Amino acid sequence: MCLAIPGKILSITDEDDDLLRTARVSFGGIVKEISLAGVPEAKLGDYVIVHAGFALAQLDEQEAQQVFTTLRQMEQ
Amino acid sequence: MKFVDEYRDKDAAARMAAVIAQVTTRPWTIMEICGGQTHAIVKYGVDQLLPDAITLVHGPGCPVCVTPVELIDKALEIAALPEVIFCSFGDMLRVPGSHRDLLTVKANGGDVRIVYAPLDAVKLAQRHPEKQVVFFAVGFETTAPATALAVLQASRLNITNFSMLVAHVCVPPAIVTILSAQHNQVQGFLAAGHVCTVMGYTEYEPLAQRYRTPIIVTGFEPLDILHGIYLCVKQLEEGRASVENQYARAVRREGSGEAQQLITEVFEVTPRQWRGLGAIADSGLGLRERYAGFDALRRFGAAASGATTPTECISGLVLQGIKKPQECPAFGKRCTPEQPLGAPMVSSEGACAAYYRYRRQPPHSRPTLQETNP
Repeated sequence: MCLAIPGKILSITDEDDDLLRTARVSFGGIVKEISLAGVPEAKLGDYVIVHAGFALAQLDEQEAQQVFTTLRQMEQ
Repeated sequence: MKFVDEYRDKDAAARMAAVIAQVTTRPWTIMEICGGQTHAIVKYGVDQLLPDAITLVHGPGCPVCVTPVELIDKALEIAALPEVIFCSFGDMLRVPGSHRDLLTVKANGGDVRIVYAPLDAVKLAQRHPEKQVVFFAVGFETTAPATALAVLQASRLNITNFSMLVAHVCVPPAIVTILSAQHNQVQGFLAAGHVCTVMGYTEYEPLAQRYRTPIIVTGFEPLDILHGIYLCVKQLEEGRASVENQYARAVRREGSGEAQQLITEVFEVTPRQWRGLGAIADSGLGLRERYAGFDALRRFGAAASGATTPTECISGLVLQGIKKPQECPAFGKRCTPEQPLGAPMVSSEGACAAYYRYRRQPPHSRPTLQETNP
């Protein structure tokens, strides 16, 4: 149930009300309409992590490398 | 797929497992809370990469599994009404109530529909003003903002034929229940990363301290889980107990203010009955009085407190990590995904379903980690 999948924002339907803001998000080619009510800062091209049609958070590209950086450090 | 494939790399996983083996000097028992992580562990054989000294036990993080039978019976009763379109996540359809499941109600003519998002149920209500659309709101803190948003939108759009059967549960009270149990074996936790994208992890800090138990906020891919285990073992070996964030690409310490605001606007903390675990204080979310008009229990009557039919299902023990699914005498024989005795055998996050799906096949047909480097 808590499965959430990262996807890339292809286009944003802007609304005056942040609660109604949605985007077309691509999940490896499958495109769905997703609520951006939880990520008002999200922009075109950003990656968001999505659960039940709701973008929970933006993904941080730098932090995404953390696991590989730590792995290299641990091996030294 | 970006942010997915690189965390399934076979070579990196083997290297991470080697590093874990290096730092492990004693036996440790670690629980992953979330059923999504349980599935990833069993699917990719993460547990089989670990040194023998580390035991992973599976936690209660399957909201479908812990939804009390009284609420499922109520859902079945509502779904059977001729004026109702009953919407649910797909997981719920085969979960047994006292006597039947949603799929049976559907087969008997009930209008039961699977939705991907709670907002889809609101749209259905707009399209069918002549019907009562009811959404079965099951989930942890991860799902609560999406269901809260559905209620808010229905409220703003003045949609009066929409309501919700709310069965939301919260993770921290379940951790407390496990840690304060008399025979608790769990020495460290992997906390569910997606719950923490919403809630952050400040709630876990006093728990780690009070119970002297490391809690690692962990993602869902095999490499995330191995990294989480590494951080947990390292703390245990060094005698530390704090909260660490393995899943920093998606989780900030404070979580998502916007998502939390949605939850607080619509829901309040309530006591909740957990199937298999019993009543846990302050462990559920219920609609606030100002949104009581969207409460399906007000619209269709309260759930009867159920006399549960005894079965040989040991899901309560499985959900607390006391027993593994294969230790159940009914596993794979009298209990299968087609004919389940309990919810953990049908939910996509249930531990029994994970073992049934991935541990009964010959090794060559199992999904494996990927050969390519990121």
